Amino acid sequence: MSNTLTEGGAKGRAGDKVFSNLTLLAGCLILLVLFAVAVFLLVQALPAFTADPAKVTGGEGFWSYIWPILIGTLVAAGIALLIATPIGIGVALFISHFAPRRLAQSLGYVVDLLAAIPSVVYGAWGVAVLAPALVPVYEWLAANAGWIPIFAGPASQTGKTMLTAGIVLSVMILPIITSLSREIFLQTPKLHEEAALAMGATRWEMIRMAVFPFARAGVVSAVMLGLGRALGETMAVALVLSGGILTASLIQSGNQTIAAEIALNFPEAFGLRLAELIAAGLVLFVITLAVNMIARWIISRHKEFSGAN
Amino acid sequence: MPQLTTTTPPAPAPVKRSTLTKNQLPGWAMWAVLAGSLILGAALSSLIGFHIATWALFSALIYVAAGYFVTLSVEGARKAKDRFATNLVYAAFIVALLPLVSVIVTVLAKGIPGLTPHLLYYSMNGMTGTVDNETVANGTPVIGGVYHGIVGTLLITTWATIISVPIGLLTAVYLVEYSKGGTLARAITFFVDVMTGIPSIVAGLFAAAFFGLVFGPGTRTGFVAAVALSVLMIPVVVRSTEEMLKIVPNELREASYALGVRKWRTILKVVVPTAISGIASGVTLAIARVIGETAPLLVTAGFVNSINWNVFGGWMATLPTFIYRQLMNPTSPTNTDPSAQRAWAAALILIIFVMLLNLVARLIARIFAPKSGR
Repeated sequence: MSNTLTEGGAKGRAGDKVFSNLTLLAGCLILLVLFAVAVFLLVQALPAFTADPAKVTGGEGFWSYIWPILIGTLVAAGIALLIATPIGIGVALFISHFAPRRLAQSLGYVVDLLAAIPSVVYGAWGVAVLAPALVPVYEWLAANAGWIPIFAGPASQTGKTMLTAGIVLSVMILPIITSLSREIFLQTPKLHEEAALAMGATRWEMIRMAVFPFARAGVVSAVMLGLGRALGETMAVALVLSGGILTASLIQSGNQTIAAEIALNFPEAFGLRLAELIAAGLVLFVITLAVNMIARWIISRHKEFSGAN
Repeated sequence: MPQLTTTTPPAPAPVKRSTLTKNQLPGWAMWAVLAGSLILGAALSSLIGFHIATWALFSALIYVAAGYFVTLSVEGARKAKDRFATNLVYAAFIVALLPLVSVIVTVLAKGIPGLTPHLLYYSMNGMTGTVDNETVANGTPVIGGVYHGIVGTLLITTWATIISVPIGLLTAVYLVEYSKGGTLARAITFFVDVMTGIPSIVAGLFAAAFFGLVFGPGTRTGFVAAVALSVLMIPVVVRSTEEMLKIVPNELREASYALGVRKWRTILKVVVPTAISGIASGVTLAIARVIGETAPLLVTAGFVNSINWNVFGGWMATLPTFIYRQLMNPTSPTNTDPSAQRAWAAALILIIFVMLLNLVARLIARIFAPKSGR
């Protein structure tokens, strides 16, 4: 947008300088904020890393304190991804290639509505509706599949378990995966699709041959972004999960995630406990940052030929 | 699937058909399969004690399997695979709709009874467990409301908007108008994208840690919460504004330059006004995103029962934290119903706020969209 006509001439140049510097400042401020997030978390978390291991919650140092809840975070996010990925891709395909065109756009809005509902409401729904509804399922699983460690009984009588939390999380990340995948599916070159159909491919064969290869990178990054959200989601887990120590069984109460641990304990925390929780937040920050950076890197690498953006 | 033989339509052999429709299922075949699946599903479900969930589940499984095998027997393997995939995609969509419908129905059913004028105009000041116990014992209407939460939510969100919008707008202007795709611009774009993925609780911790260092530990005010929310809001504003500025036609800028207008005046008087509808709707969506955030408020604004109009001093209640506290620590530990009722009513109010904001954003975008500058 450089234009020789706008350059030169003293009058009004001050305005240009001020304004362009102002915008530059705002841009740098954003970088600064992200940097500050890391620095301030690190400074406030430092006592937890250097403290006498016996004084840290659990009595064995920070890392053995964070380890179980880190596993819990990964398990919850894993369950959510396992459920939300196939359903999310299915819904995206439905909207992009199966639904009647007139319906498709309003269906897109409906899915976006899912994203607009606050997480605390999802948490409340999980406790009040989903958890009680899943109790009989858990009992059945404990009775019939109890030999698998993750379904070991006795099943929770409230339904406030890791599996419930994972399911609520999957509902929350579904719109992310769906809306991103949908955008990418819609950008498949029409000619590729029509060529496949003209060769006599069925719709499913067309999707497998023309749509999926085109959209693979975008879908992977959509799933990664969903993972990032699931890792950091707090309120749903804090409300739904009746937390405790690390257990293998997903249908008993127990386990905890980093985000929920912070939310549950922060209001009463001070001193070393506060530092521990902030350190836990730092760990979460680093993990989600890594996940998001990988996702964005995949997107930017494939930007030229896929519409992922 | 031995039972299937009862549901499959009769083999098409005896009927005389044109060769064009040979090896094709008639249009009603899938409806017949569906009806058969529903009946079989009901039968199977009643074997283990009838329940609508197991009925739907069994019927769906039978339908998907039967659809596959019926198509396989008549139309061949490729068509059968297509039918199978189609059915799975439809099933995925129905499964995805279930939680949405369930959430909305639950919030409406549980929220509407509690949505009284009393709830809207009173805070929880002076409310104790004894009051709730008496309410339950005497059967009188639930008292205590969310006025303080609404005040807090509106104030904190307003301040978050005041902080985020200028920074977000200016950054977007820098990215689109000034940067020439340099390293800094690419770094900003990348990290803005990364910032969209920051867990909200980490944003809260950051604000708490920052103000804790500067103003002493335990500083919790509405303003700290607003800073936390703006960390979440800025990237959304930047992204949407950037997209909008990018689609402003270059001819408008060039026409303005040709008239000798300075670049900064061109941006302020031509580019931004042209894109203002998109920018406004993007900002509204960003507000809708942060108004429901709970975790950052929990660690930055604290929680109180009384009304606080001052964002710079004292703890502040908000709708999301109100919902959370009422559910987790009911006012009366023995009689939790009044607390649950207040929480669900607050959830309904919150959802109405969010939906209204989404609606406003779409309206802004639609009404002012074809604007050709001022």
